[in-house]
Amino acid sequence: MSESIEDIEIRLLLDAVYRHYHYDFRHYAQASVKRRLLQARMQWGYDSISEMQAAVLRDETMLPRLLNYLTVQVSEMFRDPSYFRALREKVVPHLRTYPSLKVWVAGCSHGEELYSLAILFEEEGLADRTIFYATDINPSALRAAQAGIFPLDRIRLFTENHRLSGGHSSLSKYYTADYDRAVFDKPLRERAVFSDHSLVTDAAFGEMHLVSCRNVLIYFDRELQDRAVGLFGESLVRGGFLGVGSKESLRFSSHADLFTEFVREERIYRRNAR
Amino acid sequence: MSLQAIVIGASAGGVHALLQVLPALPADFPAAILVVVHVPPRRDNALVALLAEKCRLTVKEAEDKEPIMPGTIYMGPPDYHLLVESDGTIALSSDEVVNHSRPAIDVLFESAADAYAERLAGVIMTGANHDGAKGLRAVCDAGGRAFVQAPATAEVAYMPEVALAACPTARTVDLEDMPSVFEEMWEK
Ligand SMILES: C[S@@+](CC[C@H](N)C(=O)[O-])C[C@H]1O[C@@H](n2cnc3c(N)ncnc32)[C@H](O)[C@@H]1O
Repeated sequence: MSESIEDIEIRLLLDAVYRHYHYDFRHYAQASVKRRLLQARMQWGYDSISEMQAAVLRDETMLPRLLNYLTVQVSEMFRDPSYFRALREKVVPHLRTYPSLKVWVAGCSHGEELYSLAILFEEEGLADRTIFYATDINPSALRAAQAGIFPLDRIRLFTENHRLSGGHSSLSKYYTADYDRAVFDKPLRERAVFSDHSLVTDAAFGEMHLVSCRNVLIYFDRELQDRAVGLFGESLVRGGFLGVGSKESLRFSSHADLFTEFVREERIYRRNAR
Repeated sequence: MSLQAIVIGASAGGVHALLQVLPALPADFPAAILVVVHVPPRRDNALVALLAEKCRLTVKEAEDKEPIMPGTIYMGPPDYHLLVESDGTIALSSDEVVNHSRPAIDVLFESAADAYAERLAGVIMTGANHDGAKGLRAVCDAGGRAFVQAPATAEVAYMPEVALAACPTARTVDLEDMPSVFEEMWEK
């Protein structure tokens, strides 16, 4: 089938964004990227993707807004509570054996996953020996993660998730609520380093004991997934753990043999000893 | 050009309607069938097991990046959108809810219309919201065939009615006739 004009325009736009801004979305899963770019075009009132491309190239202030379309910021604290329960019950006992710990939350969005892990580590008594690295490519998401502020109307869901994850304290212990928002406690984020890092274009991080990268690989094509899984393999210590999203797996990766399934249903893997 | 896939969207009353249609299809049915039913966002997908037990065709929960095979029924998992890529593979995404739903019927239908064009049939069944109307329109506009469950045979008539208004050339089919209409599309 020949490529439609719109598909050609989308390829050209992604190429332009890469060349000018060095954000590489060229190998993201196409159907979802197309949907979101067509949404941006409609909402911004351009007649074509080409017209939108010209504007994006010439007006740098459009980049953050475009990134908000090209990246998906859907998240929850303790999303899929059973994943966090498995970390708590099956992974934490191994982590306890290390005197110091490094944890990488790759694709941290507004920080929901980071704060979940920080609270879980606090509850399990591991917080004092842990440094968290929270990375994302979306600068406004990273800023939000660093601030640790969530709308109060989301807290009910977070609280329920936290309880289902086996949390043995009350979530309210970790934030201060004012009239419409919850500000999470400073000590939770004082142990976290926030940085701009792309799984597509940047290099590995060193000596991690746990990498949690959930609902990011799903947006990549197989080639990119493969690159990212390779990065995780390089970044983890031998015997370190990798958790991915509930609909993600290492099945298609050529680096799959670096890992062994650790908790299959929760997509938690362990880096092999060699 | 021959049809390759059927996309089906259903909401309130959908489980019952699907149980009337899908188990009636023969084991050698030649198309892939992709289904989105609005269900509460829980992780266990009981509907897949239920349909698998009753259908002669293979029924499975759709997995990210798997190639779409003929004669297989793919159910969208709760809390993920189900999309078709132009290379004939499945994509899941946790994008924002669309029409208050994830999975959303519009998302499946629009991406499938894009991937399959005239080799696609779209079917909107019973439901109480307007999800699927835009999607069915996209199927028509891409040259595919559009069907709606006859509102009189739908547990909730609203969704097929809205879809029909958005896509007036869609053919109206009674629930009980649906399996034979599906089969006829491949006979000639
Ligand atoms: C759907 S959110 C997932 C948030 C969280 N991990 C969770 O599971 O709830 C996807 C995140 O991945 C980020 N992302 C997209 N491409 C990325 C890349 N190449 N490198 C790192 N992060 C990326 C997005 O900005 C977004 O914050």
